[in-house]
Amino acid sequence: MTAAAPLIAVAVPILGAALIALSRGRAPLRDALSVGTAALQLVVLLTLAPAILAGGTLELTLLAFLPQVAIAFRVDALGYLFATTASFLWLLTATYSVGYLRAMGERHLTRFHALLALALAAAVAVAFSANLVTMYLFYEALTLATYPLVTHHGDAASAAAGRRYLAYHFGTSIAFLLPAIILTYLLSGTFAFTAGGVFPAGADALPQVLVYVLFLAGIAKAALVPFHAWLPSAMVAPTPVSALLHAVAVVNAGVFCVLRVMLDVFGPARLAELQLGAATAVAASVTILFASFAALRAEQVKALLAYSTIAQLSYMILGAALLTPSGTVGGIAHLAIHSFAKITLFFAAGALLVVAGRTRIADLGGLGPRWPWIMGPFVVGALGIVGIPPTGGFITKWYLVVGSIQAGQLAVLAVLALSTLLTALYYLRVVRLAFFRAPADDGADAQGEEARTPAPHASAPASGSLPLSMQAPLVIAAALSLAFGLYPAFLLQLAGLAAR
Amino acid sequence: MSAIEASSPFPVLTLLVLLPVAAALALQVVPTERAAARIALAAMAAELAIAAGVLLGFRPALAETQFAERVEWIPTIGAVYHVGIDGLSVLFIPLTALTALLALVSSWRSVRFHLRGFLASLLLLEAATMGIFVSLDLLLFFLFWEAMLVPTYALIRVWGVGPERQAAAAKYAMYMLIGSAPMLVAIALLGINARDAVAAGTGGYTFDLPALLGVPVHPGLQAIVFVAFAFSFAVKSPLFPFHSWLPGALLEGPAGVAIFLVGLKLGIYGFLRFAIPLAPDAAREWGWAVAALGVVSILYGGLVALTQPNLRRLLAFAALTHVGLATVGVFSLNTQGVQGALLLMVNVAVSATGLALLSGALHARLGSTELTALGGLARHAPRLTAAFLLFGLAGIGLPGTSGFPAELLVFIGAFRAQPWVAALALLGAILGAAYFLTSFERAFLGPATREAVRQIRDLRPREAAAAALLATAILAIGAFPGPLLEITDGSARALVQRIEQRPAAAR
Repeated sequence: MTAAAPLIAVAVPILGAALIALSRGRAPLRDALSVGTAALQLVVLLTLAPAILAGGTLELTLLAFLPQVAIAFRVDALGYLFATTASFLWLLTATYSVGYLRAMGERHLTRFHALLALALAAAVAVAFSANLVTMYLFYEALTLATYPLVTHHGDAASAAAGRRYLAYHFGTSIAFLLPAIILTYLLSGTFAFTAGGVFPAGADALPQVLVYVLFLAGIAKAALVPFHAWLPSAMVAPTPVSALLHAVAVVNAGVFCVLRVMLDVFGPARLAELQLGAATAVAASVTILFASFAALRAEQVKALLAYSTIAQLSYMILGAALLTPSGTVGGIAHLAIHSFAKITLFFAAGALLVVAGRTRIADLGGLGPRWPWIMGPFVVGALGIVGIPPTGGFITKWYLVVGSIQAGQLAVLAVLALSTLLTALYYLRVVRLAFFRAPADDGADAQGEEARTPAPHASAPASGSLPLSMQAPLVIAAALSLAFGLYPAFLLQLAGLAAR
Repeated sequence: MSAIEASSPFPVLTLLVLLPVAAALALQVVPTERAAARIALAAMAAELAIAAGVLLGFRPALAETQFAERVEWIPTIGAVYHVGIDGLSVLFIPLTALTALLALVSSWRSVRFHLRGFLASLLLLEAATMGIFVSLDLLLFFLFWEAMLVPTYALIRVWGVGPERQAAAAKYAMYMLIGSAPMLVAIALLGINARDAVAAGTGGYTFDLPALLGVPVHPGLQAIVFVAFAFSFAVKSPLFPFHSWLPGALLEGPAGVAIFLVGLKLGIYGFLRFAIPLAPDAAREWGWAVAALGVVSILYGGLVALTQPNLRRLLAFAALTHVGLATVGVFSLNTQGVQGALLLMVNVAVSATGLALLSGALHARLGSTELTALGGLARHAPRLTAAFLLFGLAGIGLPGTSGFPAELLVFIGAFRAQPWVAALALLGAILGAAYFLTSFERAFLGPATREAVRQIRDLRPREAAAAALLATAILAIGAFPGPLLEITDGSARALVQRIEQRPAAAR
């Protein structure tokens, strides 16, 4: 069982998607299948936990693809951390979607749930990839599975977002990621991930630098500036899709791939030798500051959250770029911690849309006291992103601070300090409005909003009550976001194994 | 490439050439057109079955020629009837049969005028194409090469769907005739060289490929031969700037011709079978120039495709990019590049043909393939849309489809040979994704504005079966390219070895 578990974990959502597609028209069955598939995948993944926590890796060759490379899985702590996070949050998202999609009057729900499952199959397969070709294969599959979700509404705005989504992802992956992979093979003779890196000692520096830059540019899912613009524009999609993009699968896949390349294609020693750690830190710092300022100016809640994500992803990359154990552990752990905090925020944003029809920050006045079970979790999530104890965000911030001191990178320390301040500012803006501002006139909901809101939203009733299927995931996500701060041992153990 | 040959106890390759000819004759004498169509279908299905049998009977990973037949033909000029296949050609045997069958499926309902003549032309085209892939004698090859012209010309001119079909047919014929002339000269030069080289007086002319491969060719002559062959194959493929016959042929000709023209890249095969092995030193020296034409074809084809308002014209320029990429693979002159190019040919034969089939079906239903006349097809013809998407994604080399391993190998080969060529070719891959996805969006997504689109009939059972067959092939090869590569491996290696060794006699 354990030997085949990685394959089963990928196969379960594919089969689930097929069953969901066959359930056409029977809503309760479809919803049960969607949630059940997610739960099943999580159970399969949990059976792997003992082996991974014992420091083991699982290897599984699926098929001999080309003479040079096989399609193969290899599960280690890094991949396991990403896969399990994705799987758990999928369970929450699938549950949340049931209530959200019904409340918003969304259509094509069968397609939605089936594609969600396929996206998870691709994400977990990326996590388990044993070599660059396998990773590339499922990275592209993830783009393909999520594109129809981004364009779910089928109107002009989502078509434009979808075009941008495809252009950024396919454009960069074909132009930069694919050549990076091929050049890696030509320079090293292998596609396989190898702890400590694949390039032979004494190889020319310049080609390696070029390959590294191509990798960073080619993985647009990590949303490093200037390859970030697809993420804010994708906010036209239904809220569960935003959760999928920002927390469950998509951006995490990007950061995961960057971390994989840093750790197992180049290795910290080689990155240090080539001065690439510092260069990466600069790229990540620029992204963090740029996105933080952009978030300050955001008008829509989802836009604020999107820029916040862009900044947070670069925290993870920055952690690894410090090339110290603490920094790397912090970066890796942040992948999980950010996901739980950010999904809380998106669930809350979706809930506000359902109960009050609000999407603009300026319209949130007074919603805090009125919807404590929505805005409460929102505050927990925001604290987690800012990195205030006792949330998980504090843990990773601590590791990043320690890591940057160890690395002697005082500039990084300054970036961390400044961005924390900015993050606090833009989240505080929301919290202050929601809790300490008088409620806006209910009639004001529609003003200026109707033109920008797609048809299903406009017709959606501000129903005034939140379905349990939305409330429960929201509270669970917030609770876990706190739990990571209070009991970080498990996560840190996994991150420690991954950073080794 | 080697002189080792495994003869066939049963002349199966000859059967593959003659069966369509026999069917073309037989369907002239049956009483009804229905019966004639049935005969054509049965013959093509049988041809595909036999071709599949040949593929299964082929012993992989060897460089030797298999299923060989050799009979004296015109002794006075040294022409022999010599057929056989190796790793370079074997895949094209079933692909030719498949392409012909698709061409027939695409025309099943749309041809109403002089059906017998149409069917016979299609069958003769199949026979000639099959002949091209099995010929091991240069004169025999040339015969089949020229024999393709007549049925293709007739198909475009008589059964074309566009108003300019006569001009398109004339243009096609002109290009082909001019294109093949230098090749005939090259063949003659090689024959004369062989007579002179073999101990004076005892030898005669020979055009037998294995024999010619054993004859040293002077570098100067190699250059002439290579350039002549390269010109002919560049016109046929086509490569930029010899491509201008293709859009017209695709737009004005019937869908069946489009399927043949985009599906089977005879020029690329010609490079691998004749131009490179017969003039290896020249290929090594001048191959970069052909690769450069390939790169230009990729970029030019990609850019023009990006701005094409018509789906079928777009296919022509997409075909140009595929040929360009295959050329880049071939002229990497290493095993990965050659293997990748062969796999790319397979991918084109299962994906571009599919696109040609579907756009032909759209044209038959809507009377136009202008993107502005489409739009919103996804909702009204979901099966057609799904098939079109899969074929297109295979065409742009998306992972999971047969296009991916092919492109990956071509790029590995190209980067190894000449990184700049590879980098430019990659730009073409991006253009490919761009033109396919934008045109797909315009043609299939969004709301349907035209009544004809709302009323459109989705794939008919026969079309759906063909599409399903292609889709299966695309996904199967996408997941398991190994067996195909094993088949081509021996011959690809032998070819590369031949390029790399410098024959002492020629120096």
